[in-house]
Amino acid sequence: MKVIVPVKRVPDTAGDKPLDPHDGTLDRDRVEMVLCPMNEYSIEEAVRLKEQHGAEVRVLLVGPQSAQSVVRKALSYGLDSAVQISDDAIAGSDAIATAKVIAAALRQEEFDLILMGAQATDARTSIVPAAVAELLGLPALTYARRLQIDGDRVTVDRESDEGWDVVESTLPAVVSVVEAINEPRYPSFKGIMAAKSKPLDVKQLSELGLDASEVGLAHSWAEVLDFEPRPPKEPGRQVHDDGTGEVGAQALVDWLVEHKIL
Amino acid sequence: MSELLVLIDHAGGAPRKVSTQMLTRARVLAAATVSPVSAVGVGAGAARTADRLGQFGAQKLYVWDSEEATRYVTLPVVEALQQVFERSGARRLLFPSTNFHKDVAARLAVRLGAGIITDASDLQLSDGDMIVSKDVFGGATITRSHVRGDRPALIGVKPNAFAAEEVAGGPVEVVDLDVALSDEARRSRVVEVVAQAAGDRPDVGEASIVVAGGRGLGDASGFELIGELADVLGAGVGASRAAADAGWIPHRHQIGQTGKTVAPQLYIGAGISGAIQHRAGMQTSQLIVAINKDPEAPIFQIADLGVVGDLYKVVPRLIEEIRRRQG
Ligand SMILES: Cc1cc2nc3c(=O)[nH]c(=O)nc-3n(C[C@H](O)[C@H](O)[C@H](O)COP(=O)(O)OP(=O)(O)OC[C@H]3O[C@@H](n4cnc5c(N)ncnc54)[C@H](O)[C@@H]3O)c2cc1C
Ligand SMILES: Nc1ncnc2c1ncn2[C@@H]1O[C@H](COP(=O)(O)O)[C@@H](O)[C@H]1O
Repeated sequence: MKVIVPVKRVPDTAGDKPLDPHDGTLDRDRVEMVLCPMNEYSIEEAVRLKEQHGAEVRVLLVGPQSAQSVVRKALSYGLDSAVQISDDAIAGSDAIATAKVIAAALRQEEFDLILMGAQATDARTSIVPAAVAELLGLPALTYARRLQIDGDRVTVDRESDEGWDVVESTLPAVVSVVEAINEPRYPSFKGIMAAKSKPLDVKQLSELGLDASEVGLAHSWAEVLDFEPRPPKEPGRQVHDDGTGEVGAQALVDWLVEHKIL
Repeated sequence: MSELLVLIDHAGGAPRKVSTQMLTRARVLAAATVSPVSAVGVGAGAARTADRLGQFGAQKLYVWDSEEATRYVTLPVVEALQQVFERSGARRLLFPSTNFHKDVAARLAVRLGAGIITDASDLQLSDGDMIVSKDVFGGATITRSHVRGDRPALIGVKPNAFAAEEVAGGPVEVVDLDVALSDEARRSRVVEVVAQAAGDRPDVGEASIVVAGGRGLGDASGFELIGELADVLGAGVGASRAAADAGWIPHRHQIGQTGKTVAPQLYIGAGISGAIQHRAGMQTSQLIVAINKDPEAPIFQIADLGVVGDLYKVVPRLIEEIRRRQG
């Protein structure tokens, strides 16, 4: 079985998030960038498929040259090889344009399963998995909290608002995972060392047969016009309870009444 | 102007709140451009939404009320919407910015060559252009975007972005869709729907009030107390990752960077420290209340009301007091 794990490089949530004042996109030169935490779960699921089904797992990342450290990081979990699509023309692509690049890259690969994160922690659109599936004419079983592969059958417990839907399809397919699916392991020292010499192909758009006019900031249909920091909140009120709950509860009730909740 | 479409989310014919909220906003936007508001409903029971949608300003309902639509994943809704776009010549669709509907919109955007913007917290018209505000970076920044050129625009609207308001509307024109599902659509089947009983409790993603519990609850039984407070307030129940990871409550209740983003009228957090990853999912709530025994807990930095105290002392008394007032 061949599995491809598309991973995204995202700004570290705990750090600052400066926007480029010119085009309103994130100023990626000034923030600390990491492997998207949601991809730790898709990677872990792929590692389990390696263990259970002897799957061969390949990493795919669309992003600038400098994102190579994130590709290596993904490989350090014990994955086999990687392909990175880097091209200046991709910069500023929206979710659909990014999906076009990923789909074009996947057309040159052999695979049974594409394992993605349910949402990237930066833009949080959750658009890429279904868009990639659509572009490739594949089923998409998204928001998986459980994944089972049985021959060419794929079954997923798809997280819903009330519980989950058991959904199934045939391979090849796209699956995206939520955190509940597993508990990711840390990369081993051996894995980290081995990642440095795992095969990594770097490709440009032209090698994917994709025209620069289909992607990039100028060819993304969703366009950021402007942005502003959220106005600061007025400082709130703090009340210390007296240890019995009475003072705290009374303050809460008064406040709820004042705000017409009660 | 062509129709403004609104994709309805409903549970067996009962529209979810986000549907009436979107319609309310759509009405205002459509009035400015003199275009009609048309709802689109798919799935078993969808036709029963008509009257209710009319009360919120829908003039037309395109409907595919069918069990078949519920039996397959995502594509039945996509194929129904494709037909609506073809028949109506519409250029804009508002859809609920929730997990399942984002899949629908993603596939539809590819099929129509449309632009897509998710998680709108506000919608305005400027010279006929639809301007979409959204919170990014956990609510630290608000961006305004649009779909360029004359592409169809698919706009995902966050639950609670708008308040639903009824109008004295006329009768709704119901247009039945005739969808012949593609083979592709039949390839991904829904085998079973597992719904865990929540009683009358609203879903956390959609509730106007959310009561959330964290590690400070100490164990799973703490969520009984949280649930009790939620019920007296008519609230949904949320959780921190620490609480969800501990298995005290299912992951779908998790609020934060890797869980749900909620923006209710009121968020109450008990035993939650307010780590940045949690705040990323709730800090755009209109009002924030925190109950925590540590006066230095970061959640107090964004709380409108902070109560420093033991939640096991404060919350039971609070429930008691609310019940007393409610008689
Ligand atoms: C990549 C990544 C993604 C993450 N995503 C999320 C996410 O989506 N959502 C999320 O919530 N977290 C997320 N986290 C985890 C986050 O960093 C915190 O670890 C988590 O939010 C802590 O949960 P907590 O506040 O319940 O627990 P703690 O931080 O342990 O806080 C417990 C609080 O309870 C208080 N307390 C204890 N007992 C009582 C009592 N009797 N009465 C009153 N107060 C009491 C304590 O003072 C303390 O402040 C993520 C982390 C990472 C690295
Ligand atoms: N630039 C990218 N390169 C590779 N995979 C990506 C990229 N962007 C998004 N993805 C994949 O799509 C998933 C969901 O991201 P999103 O739709 O952007 O929220 C991520 O977890 C990745 O698996």
